[in-house]
Amino acid sequence: MIEAIFFYLFSAILVLSALMVITAKNPVHAVLFLILAFFNAAALFVMLGAEFIAMTLVIVYVGAVAVLFLFVVMMLDINFAALRKGMKKHLPVGGAVGLLLLGELLWIYKSWTPSMFAEQSAASPMPEGVTNTHALGQVLYTQYLYPFETAGLILLVAMIGAITLTLRRRGDVRRQNVSDQVARNPKDVIKVVKVASGAGVEL
Amino acid sequence: MATELLTQYLPIVVFLGLAVGMAVLMIAASYLVGKQNPYGEKDSAYECGFPPFGDARAKFDVRFYLVSILFIIFDLEIAFLFPWAVSLGKIGVFGFWSMVTFLGVLTVGFIYEWRKGALDWE
Repeated sequence: MIEAIFFYLFSAILVLSALMVITAKNPVHAVLFLILAFFNAAALFVMLGAEFIAMTLVIVYVGAVAVLFLFVVMMLDINFAALRKGMKKHLPVGGAVGLLLLGELLWIYKSWTPSMFAEQSAASPMPEGVTNTHALGQVLYTQYLYPFETAGLILLVAMIGAITLTLRRRGDVRRQNVSDQVARNPKDVIKVVKVASGAGVEL
Repeated sequence: MATELLTQYLPIVVFLGLAVGMAVLMIAASYLVGKQNPYGEKDSAYECGFPPFGDARAKFDVRFYLVSILFIIFDLEIAFLFPWAVSLGKIGVFGFWSMVTFLGVLTVGFIYEWRKGALDWE
């Protein structure tokens, strides 16, 4: 009973904030509503007993992905008012594409049946008497070794891709070079000049 | 089965309810108790203030994005470390080395980004 109340509370906030994400005028507000949606999804995961996923959702999505979204919003400098200007003009084409996608989704939904291997390919059952994180750790690094290592490779590709795409070197800045600084010898760079009075110095 | 787990979350729910209640109370109280008599002159920018020139959001450097995406990658790496650390006693040497391989792959990327200078802030 109490569980049901909390489920509907979290789901309602989740759906409403998801709705606000796509309708908010200000993109920064949209991202903040997205964070609220993530939090409520985490609460729903907790209610399902998937504690680890819930906490990962908070750490990774709220802590990192939402920040990334904010950066993207700032970087692209989206002006929603200007974007909405052509709404009337583009409505027929855009609406047609939207209806087409909706139709496709409905079609898939109608023709979808569970695979006959669903029973076998379902995740390992939750063992009794251990915590969620424990249960996950017992299968992730041994039984599901290949997906795990593949995840590592995907992260590597993401890292290299991000560096390749966004790393820009500026030519006009002086960077610190420790070995050069340490290797610098006073004899090479300092010159002591005896100046005769009234004669001046030639440099 | 989940009920036992959920009762452990009761303090968090209480805390959450308190936080939400407190926030709502403060906003509502200041709204209800405070005298409000706004008019155009009072709402306008005061003395040294001036109307904004444009949007507060300005484009900023792509380098911030690079830093945050690199942060996400290592954040995920840490997320993988938690269940591993908890169940290391059960999964034995094989589990240990599978994680070392995973970390090794990411260390290759780390060395790459270090050598490439992606961590430098010029």
